[in-house]
Amino acid sequence: MSGVLALLGGPRSAALHLGLIAVLAVLQFVLAEYHHIAMSRILVLACFAIGFNIAFGYTGLLSLGHALFFGAGMYGAGLAAQFLAVAGPGAFLIGLAAAIATTLIAGAIALRTAGVSFMIVTLMFAQAGYLTVYYFGAYTRGDEGFVVDATMRTLFGLALNDATVRYWIALALFAVCLVGALAVARSGLGRVLVAIRENEERARMLGYDVYRYKLTALVISGAMAGAAGAAYGLLFGYVGASFASIQYSILPLLWVLMGGAGVVLGPFLGTLAMFYLIDLTSGVTTAYLLVVGLALIALILFFPKGILGTLREKLGARGASWLP
Amino acid sequence: MAALDAQATADAKAPVLLRTQGLTRRFGGLTAVDSVDFALPEGEIRALIGPNGAGKTTFVSLLSGRIRPSAGRVEFDGRDVTQLKAHARVARGIAYTFQITSIFKAMSARENVMLAAQRRLTQGLLGPSEERLRAEADAALARVGLGSRADEPAGALSYGHQRLLEVAMGLGLAPRLLILDEPTQGLSDEEIAAFIDLVRDIARQSTVLLIEHNMQVVMGLADRITVLDRGAILAEGPPDAIRADEAVQRAYLGG
Repeated sequence: MSGVLALLGGPRSAALHLGLIAVLAVLQFVLAEYHHIAMSRILVLACFAIGFNIAFGYTGLLSLGHALFFGAGMYGAGLAAQFLAVAGPGAFLIGLAAAIATTLIAGAIALRTAGVSFMIVTLMFAQAGYLTVYYFGAYTRGDEGFVVDATMRTLFGLALNDATVRYWIALALFAVCLVGALAVARSGLGRVLVAIRENEERARMLGYDVYRYKLTALVISGAMAGAAGAAYGLLFGYVGASFASIQYSILPLLWVLMGGAGVVLGPFLGTLAMFYLIDLTSGVTTAYLLVVGLALIALILFFPKGILGTLREKLGARGASWLP
Repeated sequence: MAALDAQATADAKAPVLLRTQGLTRRFGGLTAVDSVDFALPEGEIRALIGPNGAGKTTFVSLLSGRIRPSAGRVEFDGRDVTQLKAHARVARGIAYTFQITSIFKAMSARENVMLAAQRRLTQGLLGPSEERLRAEADAALARVGLGSRADEPAGALSYGHQRLLEVAMGLGLAPRLLILDEPTQGLSDEEIAAFIDLVRDIARQSTVLLIEHNMQVVMGLADRITVLDRGAILAEGPPDAIRADEAVQRAYLGG
């Protein structure tokens, strides 16, 4: 029992994170249909952001190419369902494997660089992935994308186009990613990743193979991004090139920055806040991106470490016990 | 002279822990370390002195693997480690504490030392338990006299305490060779006296290579002294002999 508590970062952190999962489980029974669907999407996209946070928030690896890993998961699952007639968990696992393999290859090369070069190299990898989708347009239908056949969108006999099933699966995936991130953050691995972020040369001179640790972090990150991509394609039934575009490399960065980089809960809050910010303002004005931009500027001015990052700092040691 | 001979015989008996042969590092036209043959017996406290720009930090960087040599080889414990990367050399037991304090400022002092001990205690995928790590870290902190400050953020410690934290991180690695790069720089006289005792204590388990400018520390601690000048070894011997050496006085001691 104490082992589980330690894994979850102590009693306060365990209570907060498990409490959130419980609240989200109950929430679906009270949410209106529109928000119910929105929340399923947010939960899946939050997994993408949680993965991004492992690389960026904890390890200090600013990747501008995470759309590649999200896309690898989505296309791996979508194409397997569409052309190999693999349904349910099989398609998801193929997507996940595709994302891990892609991250391993792209990461092994990109991590030979650091800083700005790393950003450029990851960006280039993602662009190459994006263009690959078009190159194989005969299968992917490029920009237009394809709708995953409903007969393939099943999981252990459950139809994934049912909103309640979808919400439960999205929540389950979210819970796995959240607890996984918490475990990484609180483990010896997490401590080394933060050490690399804070002072790479010192970490090396403590005997850590920095390259290997960064690659490990990136693969965990890419796996979560790929899991999110695969789930998104299967749950919502659409696979298109826009999900592999630069926009989907920038979005997780914005979500994480908004919620708080290096805070396990940050990515979820950021994804939620950004989704509803765009949702609410676009209903009022067509210039909603202006409002989003202003909100981001305000965020940087008043919450430079993101909402939860700044909050944690204000709370001091108590903050760290609630928000690892 | 009899005492000196006895010392020399004792040294000859101790196995050599670290040896360099023809170790050279060039930066463009400048030869910072010039074909250095160096041997350090196990258990010794060796001081490395020399005027600014003599190549001391470059030399120990070659030993720790932070920079690659242009030529020559480094042997540690009888094995050629010239091709090993820095982190792999640390794993073999060569620890380096930085000249410019290099700690994880946002982490507590304890976590800094836990990081040092964690790699050593990790076997395969299984890391040590949190309790074991904390105990190791607290023991190392107690040895350098920071036991009561374990929970403070490292960045909030005074400069002298940060230097001691560096040493505690070195201890956390449980190295066979501890390289200290100007450890007493910026310390008060009182802190220096305590530091000398600390290094003597460390030397009971580890071989120590010390770059140092403070002659009181060098003369008080070193079993032998190596003088580096313009990238080459100018003299080597026990403190009394070095103090009396004319070439050393000309180059360094200003006599």
